[in-house]
Amino acid sequence: MALIDLANPTRFLAWSGRVLPWLAGTAALGLAAGLALAFLAPADYQQGDTVKIMYIHVPFAWLGMFGYAMMAASALGILVWRHPLADVAHKAAAPIGATFTFLCLVTGALWGRPMWGTYWVWDARLTSVLVLLLLYLGLIALRAAVDDPGRAGRAAAVLTLVGVVNLPIVKFSVDWWNTLHQPASVFRMDGPTIAPSLLWPLLVCAFGFTALFLALHMLAMRTEILRRRVEVLEARAAAEATA
Amino acid sequence: MAHALFIAAAYGIAALGLIVLTLYLIADNRAQRRALAELEARGVRRRSEGRGA
Repeated sequence: MALIDLANPTRFLAWSGRVLPWLAGTAALGLAAGLALAFLAPADYQQGDTVKIMYIHVPFAWLGMFGYAMMAASALGILVWRHPLADVAHKAAAPIGATFTFLCLVTGALWGRPMWGTYWVWDARLTSVLVLLLLYLGLIALRAAVDDPGRAGRAAAVLTLVGVVNLPIVKFSVDWWNTLHQPASVFRMDGPTIAPSLLWPLLVCAFGFTALFLALHMLAMRTEILRRRVEVLEARAAAEATA
Repeated sequence: MAHALFIAAAYGIAALGLIVLTLYLIADNRAQRRALAELEARGVRRRSEGRGA
């Protein structure tokens, strides 16, 4: 099956119905392996056992940004090709991305208190991730506030593309400004600076959380397609009843 | 384990958040499937599927 064939909602439902159980199983196995490795990993020489928070905090941060990047790609699909499945993908990703970003902020605060002595500072990294969460919430609210789904989708797509400027700010904030948050230690031009005994459990956890994110997104997309069919059929039933 | 309370709280809130999100998405999916099945049982079908009895 060509990739373009999946752009048909009916074909997407059939294909995702076969893929979703495997994706959910991969997520469960990946998370079980990742969390087991995380708790067997040694303590950090400076941060001690609190480094265990890294194994969930960092994947939440990566996937909060990944979700928004997916929505930006979908926004192009909405505005350029006006494809309904792009609109479905965009709408379905927002609550999942918002949840991952919220959990990134909460786990970061719980890591910051014992390490920095505070739950929160208004430094560039923390503030730009908070802006990312507000963008997600704004997009959810925008769709809920506009009755016409087509107009809501296009307005949300425009706002998504405006907000995409925040992604490089999140990523490079620790390089551009003095922040309490540490600089990047995995995705660096000169390679990771984190010890392999801590890096591998982190990468396995990130794999498991990514599979979970994709599985939840696929489920939410299937639900959104069904919701739109229900709305069409309800409108048809109402029209036939009044005819 | 030093700072065990902070570690437990982080993992607990993360688990709670993901469980609530997953259950919400599953419940929403079931609600839409049920609504679609009820409409089809009343004979309201998509044009591509033709009309039911």
